[in-house]
Amino acid sequence: MRLRSGTFAACCVVIEVLGVALFLRGFFPTPVRSSSRTEHQAEPPAPEPSAGASSNWTKLPPPLFRKVVIMLIDGLRDDFVFGSKGVKFMPYTTYLVEKGASHSFVAEAKLPTVTMPRIKALMTGSLPGFIDVVRNLNSPAVLEDNVITQAEAAGKRIIFYGDETWVKLFPRHFVEYDGTTSFFVSDYTEVDDNVTRHLDKVLKRGDWDVLILHYLGLDHIGHVSGPSSPLIGHKLREMDSILMKIHTSLLSEERETLVPNLLVLCGDHGMSETGGHGASSVEELNTALILISSAFERKPGDIRRPKHVQQTDLAATLAIGLGLPIPGNSVGSLLFPTVEGRPVREQLRFLHLNAVQLSKLLQENVPSYTKEPGFEQFKMSERLHGNWIRLYLEENNSEVLFNLGAKVRRQYLDALRTLSLSLSRQVAQYDIYSMLVGTVMVLEVLALLLLSIPQALSSKAELEVPLWSPAFSLLFYLMFLVLSALHVIVCTSAESSCYFCGLSWLTAGGVMALISALLCAVVSALAKMFAAGKFLSKNPAHPKARWSELDVLILLGTMGHVLSLGASSFIEEEHQTWYFLINTLCLALCHEIYRNCFLRDDCEPQQCSHVEEGFVSTAPALQDRSIHCNMLEPHRVSKDPTSLDTLRGCEKWMVLASPWVILTCCRLLRSLNQTGVQWAHRPDLGHWLTSSDHKAALSLLAALSLIVIFALVQRRCSLTSKIAMALGLLGVYCYRAAIGNVLFPWQQDSKDISKGVIEARFVHVFVLGILFTGTKDLLKSQVIAADFTIKTVGLWEIYSGLVLLAALLFRPHNLPVLVFSLFIQTVMTQFIWKPLRHDAAEITIMHYWFGQAFFYFQGNSNNIATVDVSAGFVGLDTYMEVPAMFLTAFATFAGPVLWASHLVSFLSSETSRWHQHNKEETLACCL
Amino acid sequence: MKDTDIKRLLYAHLLCIFSIILSIFIPSFFLENFSILETHLTWLCICSVFVTAVNLVLYLVVKPNASSKRSSLSYKVTRFLKCCIYFLMSCFFFHVIFVLYGAPLIELVLETFLFAVILSTFTTVPCLCLLGPNIKAWLRVFSRNGVTSIWENSLQITTISSFIGTWLGAFPIPLDWERPWQVWPISCTLGATFGYVAGLVISPLWIYWNRKQLTYKNK
Repeated sequence: MRLRSGTFAACCVVIEVLGVALFLRGFFPTPVRSSSRTEHQAEPPAPEPSAGASSNWTKLPPPLFRKVVIMLIDGLRDDFVFGSKGVKFMPYTTYLVEKGASHSFVAEAKLPTVTMPRIKALMTGSLPGFIDVVRNLNSPAVLEDNVITQAEAAGKRIIFYGDETWVKLFPRHFVEYDGTTSFFVSDYTEVDDNVTRHLDKVLKRGDWDVLILHYLGLDHIGHVSGPSSPLIGHKLREMDSILMKIHTSLLSEERETLVPNLLVLCGDHGMSETGGHGASSVEELNTALILISSAFERKPGDIRRPKHVQQTDLAATLAIGLGLPIPGNSVGSLLFPTVEGRPVREQLRFLHLNAVQLSKLLQENVPSYTKEPGFEQFKMSERLHGNWIRLYLEENNSEVLFNLGAKVRRQYLDALRTLSLSLSRQVAQYDIYSMLVGTVMVLEVLALLLLSIPQALSSKAELEVPLWSPAFSLLFYLMFLVLSALHVIVCTSAESSCYFCGLSWLTAGGVMALISALLCAVVSALAKMFAAGKFLSKNPAHPKARWSELDVLILLGTMGHVLSLGASSFIEEEHQTWYFLINTLCLALCHEIYRNCFLRDDCEPQQCSHVEEGFVSTAPALQDRSIHCNMLEPHRVSKDPTSLDTLRGCEKWMVLASPWVILTCCRLLRSLNQTGVQWAHRPDLGHWLTSSDHKAALSLLAALSLIVIFALVQRRCSLTSKIAMALGLLGVYCYRAAIGNVLFPWQQDSKDISKGVIEARFVHVFVLGILFTGTKDLLKSQVIAADFTIKTVGLWEIYSGLVLLAALLFRPHNLPVLVFSLFIQTVMTQFIWKPLRHDAAEITIMHYWFGQAFFYFQGNSNNIATVDVSAGFVGLDTYMEVPAMFLTAFATFAGPVLWASHLVSFLSSETSRWHQHNKEETLACCL
Repeated sequence: MKDTDIKRLLYAHLLCIFSIILSIFIPSFFLENFSILETHLTWLCICSVFVTAVNLVLYLVVKPNASSKRSSLSYKVTRFLKCCIYFLMSCFFFHVIFVLYGAPLIELVLETFLFAVILSTFTTVPCLCLLGPNIKAWLRVFSRNGVTSIWENSLQITTISSFIGTWLGAFPIPLDWERPWQVWPISCTLGATFGYVAGLVISPLWIYWNRKQLTYKNK
């Protein structure tokens, strides 16, 4: 089957996307979910099991504690409390841990160790899957069953002070709250004073049941100066005194009411040795968790070492402590020490409730749940429990009862542990089979693509895809049969859920056929290439492809970047790799320019003769398989190797200066937005500009940037789009002024801040208009063949439309990124690519590098938290999913997209120039 | 003729390597708590002085380019001054390039500048010794097929390997290993030093290996 290169590439991309999607579906398993998401209130609690005899205890047990205070200290690593620091700086807490009525644990957090998922884990008891992040782009509110919602539904009054993440997660749950933003990391006193100032008043009042305090200061100190800073000690001491205040107040209240209260001290995540968090080092995972209540009586000699537990266990414990149903998605098991003081019947009741909830979750998520050891243990302990109840109700011999009770309890605890473990494993389990199928598809397409590159890039831009002949070959059918058999075997024997097995048989068969067809195509392409290789090696005149230093750099740089992604630090700091690479690229270009400029006479004769010789010898031998892979190459060969000497003096100087100009631009952009992990907290120009004191400077910069953008883009536009562009850019400034980012000169203070919907829509109209004009031109050029100028203009117009959209979506302090992007593109086109005659492959890779670098210049990083979601609301009154997703995606990937569209328009303009040149030459020949 | 030349080259290079080793060990006799990592800046100065001295001595003793005809004292002095200016210029030039590569502009200026000095010592000083303050000759040496003697060939190899060493030396900086040598600019200076030493070792071997293929154009 003959295909155009473009069609072939499009097909490859489609199959590649399918493969990657399949892989991702297997890599990010759907989190463990209970299907009864909303109707949890309707569900009655599981009754006490009983064998024969009737037990009348079907209601939920009453709450164990009257009031619960949760004191969450951000970044409270376990050794801050239990280690030497705790002894030194937290004397009261240490006293409670060692001698007081308390239970202390080391709670292990799961990945990612960032505040928001950790709060979710603490309150829902579930493990947030990675896919949650994508699903919850719009509504950060927790929709899952959780302790807070349950408590609110049960009529508990909840008060919250601290990190405003909670307010976003639980928007209507608190009767009173005061959120503090955690944006300014360098502030570590205000954030905590803001919480503590409410404390005295609240502790005196009696009108609440749950009080949640989230202290951010410790984490901020960690971010700024690390875990060994002296500030940590001060902060811990402050926290200790606050804990003492709360505890004494709770105790004095207990003296009046005689019902125990609960005080929970916990951390959401730890702190690495550098002071950050988010990864999986032991210091980041282990947090302190202390439950303090007068109910946890302790005899003098009772030494309790902090046990290792899971962070998710807290949700189940809190639910039981408050007399609420356990959240449906919780995978945690009850922290048993908290109920140890209760009568045996209650203990067993609590354990039973927890086990029922876990086994229900297991039933809903694991198809073959009856085979799970945890489930069997649960069934057995439930039976024993029933026996125990019967004995209890019959008021049997107390010793037998006691022994049986202890046995049931032990069994329940074992069952809980196993159930909880297998549920958490469910989350961390990859769907290997789907991943494998996806990988095979991607690799096959990649191989096919690599094999057909020389053919696809040849001047005919057409290639033979051996797709139909193998369709009737034996190999294809054999492969298909083998794969189908494999599929059946894998799917029937799989014990966990598998996405690919869940597909219909027809779809799976289609995928299998695709895989085998691709394999056949790869094999036949390989065979063809070997045959051609043999033919070539017989031919002694085979010229060695000559690689310039620049080619080597580009190839090694691209491969080196791919290899560098094997280290997690290089992923976190990927921007550094790209900045480094484009700097090196600029220096290499500089070297090339200078050599061409000053040493032309030295190397020209050799190079010329070599190239010509190579070309002459290749041309007859390789009719259909050209070494000169791209369309621009003949152009380069036909003329002299460089045209630097044709430039006039002034222009020559511009050429010589251009790499340095680009380097300077890149350095400026680099200090505009600090990103990554290690150096993200460094001061940068972006923060300076966005602070409210420098609004005038920001306005000036934005206005200047918009003017320069217009100047750079309008050169090659038609008149209508020029006007549209100017009006659009004006609209952008008006929009930014309307939402209060920038000022008009006549405007002294920004008093009326609107959402700027009208202004933004005004710009949107122009963007659509310009894009429409461009598309129209493109279509016209398709209809009227061989008119390349219209196509070039059309592509440029589409490009300028995208630039206008980016200018609207970028935050004002990021507008220089857009300006420099356009400026570098202009300089590169004018003074580097055209005079030095780089070929299409080199230019493409350079565009790719710059596009990647500009992704990071915008302030993005590989962390999803840096995505600017506000771009999705530009020009929209309410949240609309599709446009918001599109706008956010465009704003995030504006750098790479703009460079890619520039590449298309540049290549098209070069082709048209070449065609024109050829036409002139033929005309000259004819004359 | 050629083999003796290569031998001379090898000895000269061994002397250079020796000077670098000396710069590591000698100062510890005179200075207290001297170590490469902790008193890095001192080591940078000492190393650069040692290497420069050895290069100058070698230049005066070996005289690789025998073309220097009789020349007046004033010519020599101006030449020397020119060389000094070139050296300073190259230091500033490297400093600018480091800043463009992302070195902090205001903080750690001394560190960055000393790094520029040591890189100039490894690259510019041998060039100045061998080629003199002649930009055209430099460009010729550092382009394809431009070398005219084994000295120039070895110069090309050592210089390029110093640059590559420096370039590769920047890679460990973003890694989160928390080692003392990951601090700016230690990994880069160490990379430059290793690259220089590697170039010194490799170039005589490479030239010896390829002595049959290498033919130099005579001027």
